[in-house]
Amino acid sequence: MNTLISQLPFRRSCKEVVALLIAQEDRALPLADRLALRLHLSICKTCPVFQRQVLTLRNAMKQWRHYGSDDT
Amino acid sequence: MKLNPASPDPPATVPPPVHPVDPLSKLEFERQLVVLRPDLMRFARLQLRNETWAEDAVSETLLAALSKPQSFQARSQLKTWLVGILKHKLIDGLRQRGREVVLDSGYEDDQADPLEHMAFTASGHFATAPADWGNPEQALGSQQFMQVMDACTQQLPPAQARLFLMREWLEMSSEEICKELTLTPTHLYVQLHRARLRLRECLELNWFARP
Repeated sequence: MNTLISQLPFRRSCKEVVALLIAQEDRALPLADRLALRLHLSICKTCPVFQRQVLTLRNAMKQWRHYGSDDT
Repeated sequence: MKLNPASPDPPATVPPPVHPVDPLSKLEFERQLVVLRPDLMRFARLQLRNETWAEDAVSETLLAALSKPQSFQARSQLKTWLVGILKHKLIDGLRQRGREVVLDSGYEDDQADPLEHMAFTASGHFATAPADWGNPEQALGSQQFMQVMDACTQQLPPAQARLFLMREWLEMSSEEICKELTLTPTHLYVQLHRARLRLRECLELNWFARP
């Protein structure tokens, strides 16, 4: 995909990045993973789209958590 | 709302009782509890995925409420208060049943790659780019979306659903869940990972990618 990213020590594939983005919802990632994630997201065109999906899901969960319990 | 699992009392964030109730409004209070029972059952069923457990948790919630009748300005306040008590009862119930709640899965996907539903090439690139869901802020608060969320949550395997809802609906931290149920973090993370991916897929199919 990208020649620059493949030469760096913090290289992660899109599949690995997707796994990290999901994992991040439930646990703190090690520093190396966080760096790798940032780096990948800054270069990749596709993964940020998935990242926005994860944020939308987080937002959806928040709305759902309060739905029906604080108003009728 | 931050829950303190050590305390069985209603959380401190709910409105304090306005004043002690007289016998007449006590009857009204009991009537309102009956009216709100189905809502509590919906929450308990989603979380516990077991009718008997759900009945128990809701009964205990109503008993706790009856033991300290309070009057509220609005029914929505009463409901918030009751849901607060219910959450504590659910955590108590899950804690008492311990590992039982996460060992009954009976599902075959324990060995499967949790990312198998998403298409990647052998080198780890997307085979199909993820869809742009746009900015659906407003629609996420709609009743229709909540129904899709309920339905998608119900489609999760029961053990996975319980863990996922402990995390998302009871707002427990991963550490708390592992401690309460004596799970290894790895087991919990794998189950939550699967639940999140399933939910993502279900919502995409039934909401975001709708024509």
